[in-house]
Amino acid sequence: MINLEQIKKDIVESQVWKSIFRHGYEDTPRNRVLMVTGNVWMHLHPAKVRRHAVRMRFTWCMGGLTFLMFLLTVITGIYLMFYYRPVPQYAYADMKYLEFDMPFGMLMRNMHRWAAHAMVIFVWLHMFRVFLTGSYKPPREFNWIVGVLLLVLTLLLSFTGYLLPWDQLAIWAVTVGSNMARATPLLGHEGPFAEFVGANPIYDARAFLFGGGDIGPHTLLRFYILHCIFIPLVASLLMAVHFWRIRRDGFSGPPL
Amino acid sequence: MAEAEERSRTIVVDDKIHTWPHLVRGEFLVTIFVMVAMTLWSLLVDAPLEEPANPARTPNPSKAPWYFLGLQEMLVYFDPWYAGVVLPTFIIIGLMVIPFIDINVKGNGYYTFKERKWELLTFFIGFHVLWVVTIIIGTFFRGPGWNLFWPWQRWDPHKVVALTNVDLPYLVGLRDYWVQAGFGLFLVLLYFVVSTWLFYKWVIWIKGKEFMVRWGAVRFAITSFLFITMMALPVKMFLRLVFNIKYIMVTPWLNI
Ligand code: HEM
Repeated sequence: MINLEQIKKDIVESQVWKSIFRHGYEDTPRNRVLMVTGNVWMHLHPAKVRRHAVRMRFTWCMGGLTFLMFLLTVITGIYLMFYYRPVPQYAYADMKYLEFDMPFGMLMRNMHRWAAHAMVIFVWLHMFRVFLTGSYKPPREFNWIVGVLLLVLTLLLSFTGYLLPWDQLAIWAVTVGSNMARATPLLGHEGPFAEFVGANPIYDARAFLFGGGDIGPHTLLRFYILHCIFIPLVASLLMAVHFWRIRRDGFSGPPL
Repeated sequence: MAEAEERSRTIVVDDKIHTWPHLVRGEFLVTIFVMVAMTLWSLLVDAPLEEPANPARTPNPSKAPWYFLGLQEMLVYFDPWYAGVVLPTFIIIGLMVIPFIDINVKGNGYYTFKERKWELLTFFIGFHVLWVVTIIIGTFFRGPGWNLFWPWQRWDPHKVVALTNVDLPYLVGLRDYWVQAGFGLFLVLLYFVVSTWLFYKWVIWIKGKEFMVRWGAVRFAITSFLFITMMALPVKMFLRLVFNIKYIMVTPWLNI
């Protein structure tokens, strides 16, 4: 007879198991706290929260869902990166390749796209919620600023990604969106006072963004690197600060 | 120490509950629900992919990504250097200074309309009316030539719209270039001076003299400048739609 209880006990009490899982699973107050403090991911949370804070009608879940959408775009994005080459000759073809040849390619691309849209909507709603509950008031002023930076980065992430399929929608939306840069006062060649600075079509704010005077291969590479490395990196760092500050400043709530 | 004393004097009812399971359980369920929704969305709706990029063929209309359409819509009323660069910068700065110009200590951590009417109304005008509505107009009501179309109307690329817009200085009969420029500048300055004065009176009227003293000159100056700049948008939209006025100030360097 195999004694399942004995096997379970042997495993759970082995040195290997105990080195990974520090505490049991019985529902004791101590374990409830350890569940959070003993886990690097869980300890983004405090061990205890105030009752109102877990209610959906207080947070609308929007900050958390913004983060979830970010994670979802990171995961689907990595999948897409395996098959995508940021060069005009290939970029569009790779989109088709993803759609017709890659297992789950289209699903991953759709999910990446829709999660990015959802992230923009969620981050706006999150900001709206934080405004409505007045949660930016002292001591949370700085975290609101970090939040605004995250909002800008979210939009820039979406915008730089827009170019990558290299279809008509992509280049023209990005052209329209970036044309503003050439009107930057002083720094854009069509902007006010540009003549005093000497900005010209191949040497101004838009050229800096595009990597050249016009949208082209250099722009695709530039946006690819901004989209896949630079902005996600900065956004992750700011999110770490954002989450840390929520813990440090205390989560907002009505006075006790 | 002071905090401990404070606590011993007032009877604090601790309403804290364990993060695990109360908060984590909710997060887990919402995550599952949203992931199912995202998967269904991605299975049912494909991300768009148009023809390969062709820099020689400009689609009409060329629209920026939807979350920037508010800015593109503002291009109808202002020049690119303003609508595309200066205004977005003001929006970002304006959001960031909110915690520092709002000195109302009430409404921190809970939903209330009564205790912060004016703050909420301002946010409502800026976010819901100006930002969201212009995005909706840009997304659903703009067709070829950036002309207005109803969503159910056929997009007629040959729709002719008479360009009858005139500059305000011209409208009032000024013909000399520099007189026009001077008059425009005067009007813009007048707008700011008069509005600042009105804003000052208004704040004193609704919040009282004592509030103005606590608020201080710097906060007042920043708030009134940002608020008046924000309201310049509906003002300019009104002037354009009702009187067909293109610019208020025309100079060799920039127009407003
Ligand atoms: C990538 C973008 C962002 C992510 C992932 C994020 C995430 C979060 C999360 C998970 C929370 C916990 C509470 C909740 O879910 O509401 C939170 C709270 C907060 N967020 Fe964000 N956020 C983002 C952007 C923003 C923006 C744009 C603002 C404001 C302009 C902002 C300001 C705040 C503040 C002040 C808190 C503290 C709220 C309180 O104590 O009640 N965040 N954020």
